[in-house]
Amino acid sequence: MDMYSQAAWLIPLFPLAAFLVLTALGRSFRRAGILTGTAGSLAAFVLSMIIAVDRLGGRAVDYNYAFDWIRIGDYTLRIGFEVTNLTAMMLVVVTLVSLLVNIYSAGYMKDDERITVFYGYVALFTFSMLGLVLSDNLLSLYIFWELVGVCSFLLVGFWYAKPKARAAAKKAFIVTRIGDAGLLLGILLLFWYMPDHALDFTTIQSVFDGQSGAITTGITTLIALLIFLGAVGKSGQFPLHVWLPDAMEGPTPISALIHAATMVAAGVFLIARTYDIFLDSAAAMETVAYVGGFTAIFAATIALAQNDIKRILAYSTVSQLGYMMMALGLGSLTGGIFHLFTHAFFKALLFLGAGSIIHAVHTQNIQEMGGLGSKMKVTAWTFAIGALALTGIPPLSGFWSKDLILTVAFETNPLLFVAGLAAAFCTALYMSRLFFLVFTGKPGAAADGAHESPATMTAPLVVLAALAVLAGFIETPWNGWFGSWLSGEAEAAHGSGVAIVASIAVGLIGIYVGWLIYGKRSVSRTAARERLPWLVKLLEKSYYVDELYAAVVVRPLKTIGSLLMVVDEYIIGGIVRLTGIVTASAGRTAARLQNGQVQTYSLTAVIGFVVIIVAIVGRRFWP
Amino acid sequence: MLPSYLTMAAILFCIGLYGALVKKNAIVVLLSLELMLNAVNLNLVAFSKYGVVPSLTGQIFSLFTITVAAAEAAIGIAVLIALFRMRGTVNVDEFDKMRR
Repeated sequence: MDMYSQAAWLIPLFPLAAFLVLTALGRSFRRAGILTGTAGSLAAFVLSMIIAVDRLGGRAVDYNYAFDWIRIGDYTLRIGFEVTNLTAMMLVVVTLVSLLVNIYSAGYMKDDERITVFYGYVALFTFSMLGLVLSDNLLSLYIFWELVGVCSFLLVGFWYAKPKARAAAKKAFIVTRIGDAGLLLGILLLFWYMPDHALDFTTIQSVFDGQSGAITTGITTLIALLIFLGAVGKSGQFPLHVWLPDAMEGPTPISALIHAATMVAAGVFLIARTYDIFLDSAAAMETVAYVGGFTAIFAATIALAQNDIKRILAYSTVSQLGYMMMALGLGSLTGGIFHLFTHAFFKALLFLGAGSIIHAVHTQNIQEMGGLGSKMKVTAWTFAIGALALTGIPPLSGFWSKDLILTVAFETNPLLFVAGLAAAFCTALYMSRLFFLVFTGKPGAAADGAHESPATMTAPLVVLAALAVLAGFIETPWNGWFGSWLSGEAEAAHGSGVAIVASIAVGLIGIYVGWLIYGKRSVSRTAARERLPWLVKLLEKSYYVDELYAAVVVRPLKTIGSLLMVVDEYIIGGIVRLTGIVTASAGRTAARLQNGQVQTYSLTAVIGFVVIIVAIVGRRFWP
Repeated sequence: MLPSYLTMAAILFCIGLYGALVKKNAIVVLLSLELMLNAVNLNLVAFSKYGVVPSLTGQIFSLFTITVAAAEAAIGIAVLIALFRMRGTVNVDEFDKMRR
């Protein structure tokens, strides 16, 4: 039964092969490039699907294969891959979204002259992400973790002619680097304290079983917090969330693939993978829960006041990732991963839908759109499904996963339950605002000549819409199948009437309020701005976090940098130049001796001879 | 007596050295070289007569030196003529091919 899982190492190789072919092919083969990239992710998807279906019965055991990679003295570093139910699920999510994005990009990026490069980057990203998912130890996971970061950098800055894209790419790379440094420190600490310096997940699981006591609680908490710092950077949690909205400068399919469905979920995946460490430390769990809960409400409120369609969705992603973190912190692995699973589909759907809109109207400002519903029927309907799934309206997938998280919060931490409900209300409000402003009402300034996107772009939307509807049914309040499949233990189905009613109610109220303001327009749109101008301004500026960082971190660093620049320019550089000047002038003086005149040469020789004579003779008279 | 001869030879040698180093005309330089050689010959003869162990060898040696000097002067003049044909001058300052 492990036959398919044994072949899992092949999955990342398909996109890698596609990447190599695409890089070798050059830019001239546009159609062949698209086909290669798509074929690579299609092959990976098919194999992932086979493995996942094979494991559905719940009888499959974790399959692990590793070989000795580096041997230093007595220490051996083993590296390999591992297939568990969690990784099988992630494989399907990553390869499916990657495949759909590949198909979608054939339409969206059609006129870009670097489309082959684009497909190459996407294939490289898919390879790295799959490698990250399949890694059986923290070290190789870290390598792939950095690789996806590089791909994110390359793709955010894909249109590098735009200064904003360049700045966003740099920002994404540098901000996540802070988190990556934390993760590296965590791994090193773990390496130091683990028996036999083992870093593979199986050993981690057995060491952190809560009673072995091999590692003290203080160290465990420190390791967990450092790993969490890595997740905070990658998954855009407060206070390192600032790079994710800016990363929307990249092509929209990339926002769907990397910055909504897969890479940003890697932080959640990392915590799920090292969950035993977190379970051993109550303090770390609480930190994760509160950071997640705060991020959920924090980002959702910012999304209320943004006007750029992709930035709204980006803040929404940050907020939903906060939900996942909150679920993990509250002890519900199932809740976090389940929300990751459903969110991947409906958020990819929303981003691809947004891409379809941008493709049609060539602007990202929702105030300039309007009345697009009649012109872009497929996009409008699928976008509506995605928006409703995100809002958490039954029976769409987002409802079940969000409801599970809220139920867990309701049972364990009332404060976070309230925060989750408030975030859910904001989610409903900003999604209805987005939807009504874009698709209903009078046609806006940019809506002229808008048309439905080609089939290569709408087909992925339809597939994702179907998944956004259906994906939630694997785990419902009366059916705990997904949780027990994931953890391997029978998990009681649980549900809470209060949580369900509350979450549906806030969702519906949010949509109703949004409809009153932006759909029916019976409430003035500028009411909030007139009464609470400072609050609206605060939200529009994203709580001035960027400005704060600029003042506290960026500007002092730049000042120190320019000071050091002066030192480098005049002191270090001065010494270097001085050396050059001395050598050159010595050379010029010596060259003057070489004038070709025999008489000068012999004069020099005579002078030398006289000096020698004087020296020898003079020694007699010198004491 | 010896110091007088040696002083005379030293003066002769210094005049020759000065001429060889300073004069611009190559012929004069050659003549100065001869002057230096003759100063050496004078030394040899003086030592053979008034030295610590007087011997005829010094005088015979000076005969050899004169012969070699004659040959050297012949070669020197030949080289100079060849150079004059090539460059059209005997000015030593113009002969700076060794710089390049």
